Amino acid sequence: MSDSKSNGVKMTSKHLDFYYGNFQALHDVSLEFKKQQVTALIGPSGCGKSTYLRCLNRMNDLIPIARVEGKIMLEDEDIYDPSLDVVMLRRRVGMVFQKPNPFPKSVYENVAYGLRVNGIRDKGLIEQRVTESIQRAALWDEVKDRLQESALGLSGGQQQRLCIARALAVEPEVVLMDEPASALDPIATQKIEDLIHELKKEYTIIIVTHSMQQAARVSDITAFFYIGKLIEVGDTDTLFTRPRLKQTEDYITGRFG
Amino acid sequence: MLRHLQKELDKIKNQVLSLGAMVEDRVHKVSRVIEKRDLFEAGQIIKKDHEIDEKEVEIEEECLKVLALHQPVAVDLRFLIAVIKINNDLERIADETVNIAQRVTSIAKQNNTSDFRHDYTPMTEKVAAMLRMSLDALVNLDADVAFKVCLLDDDVDKFHHDAYDQIKSAMKGNPGDIRHLLNLFLISRHLERVGDHATNIAEEVIYMVEGEIVRHADY
Repeated sequence: MSDSKSNGVKMTSKHLDFYYGNFQALHDVSLEFKKQQVTALIGPSGCGKSTYLRCLNRMNDLIPIARVEGKIMLEDEDIYDPSLDVVMLRRRVGMVFQKPNPFPKSVYENVAYGLRVNGIRDKGLIEQRVTESIQRAALWDEVKDRLQESALGLSGGQQQRLCIARALAVEPEVVLMDEPASALDPIATQKIEDLIHELKKEYTIIIVTHSMQQAARVSDITAFFYIGKLIEVGDTDTLFTRPRLKQTEDYITGRFG
Repeated sequence: MLRHLQKELDKIKNQVLSLGAMVEDRVHKVSRVIEKRDLFEAGQIIKKDHEIDEKEVEIEEECLKVLALHQPVAVDLRFLIAVIKINNDLERIADETVNIAQRVTSIAKQNNTSDFRHDYTPMTEKVAAMLRMSLDALVNLDADVAFKVCLLDDDVDKFHHDAYDQIKSAMKGNPGDIRHLLNLFLISRHLERVGDHATNIAEEVIYMVEGEIVRHADY
């Protein structure tokens, strides 16, 4: 058995540098993500946390001037290996964005879409996966009678859980969330946070959030980024009661700048 | 611009320091009560204890408000938790001064056959010093001074044992004065508790500064 499998590590970045053209947005970021754990990435705007998150499933490939140095491993695979199938990577490492972005299709089709893209044609299997995913996203009771209606008719919180269901349908191993609750009201936010607690039993979750309290509530591990560098990473309860570094303390207590 | 939260925390710090000053004053007064058997002063201490109680409630409510509204973390959270505990310790010290005032009153009202006196001056001076140092440690967030307070508690325990031994022999010689001597001994017990609460305050200061819980530790 390999190292990463034996100690429960799902993803690792090693000495990751990231550039937008000549601008270096990330400096030497080394971080491990364990299975069945939620890791929160926090830090002020422009600190590189979202850029870092997007490196983890190669979303930054879409930016022509972007360049990555260092390594990101998904278990034993180098995800920047040129022979790697990026569509397959993004199936294994799914993503939920800040603003709910359902397709202008039915609730059902939103979730089924990713399955079809991944070549699943069996209607029975698709139906089963759609149902399971919507259930896992804690949305089933609210939409089970309106599966054929447009997803755009759902509330913001429902749309976001639909996007989570869509991400879960293709059975990912890692779920990346970029401020998944920042556009939602407190009740919808709580549903997403409760959902994260449920989902971590099966998935590795990495979440970027501006809400310090959200990071404290949902994550096991918190990583603090500042100006493109990973400053401090540790158990969330320790980081929020007695951080090691003054810089971290200043940020989480709002003494910054 | 000062953080809104910082203003609230500064306000709480001032409140707790003002309570600390009130309690320190009680401790000084009660040491005179013991020494001079000043019953008027003893009565004042008993009568005015409600002032301390009210202040304690006020501080606790303020802390709860800030916890609910600001959800502080890290050093700010440790500060509030420490204040909530220190607030309680200060109120309990004031209660001990009331207990002492009552003991002295009761001693003064009894007819004693012997003129046995126990000199509590060194012990009251010691606990007063511990309280002052623990409050200084709080003002300056000085963990070193706080550690010194914890060490002084051993001296207080020694005074307590000495009082026990001396008053016990006095009891043997004057069985008719047991009530008086028992009250006299219990003053030592109350002073020892004041030392314990001052030590608690010091330990809370250490927690606030270092983030380490040092209670139940051997220094």
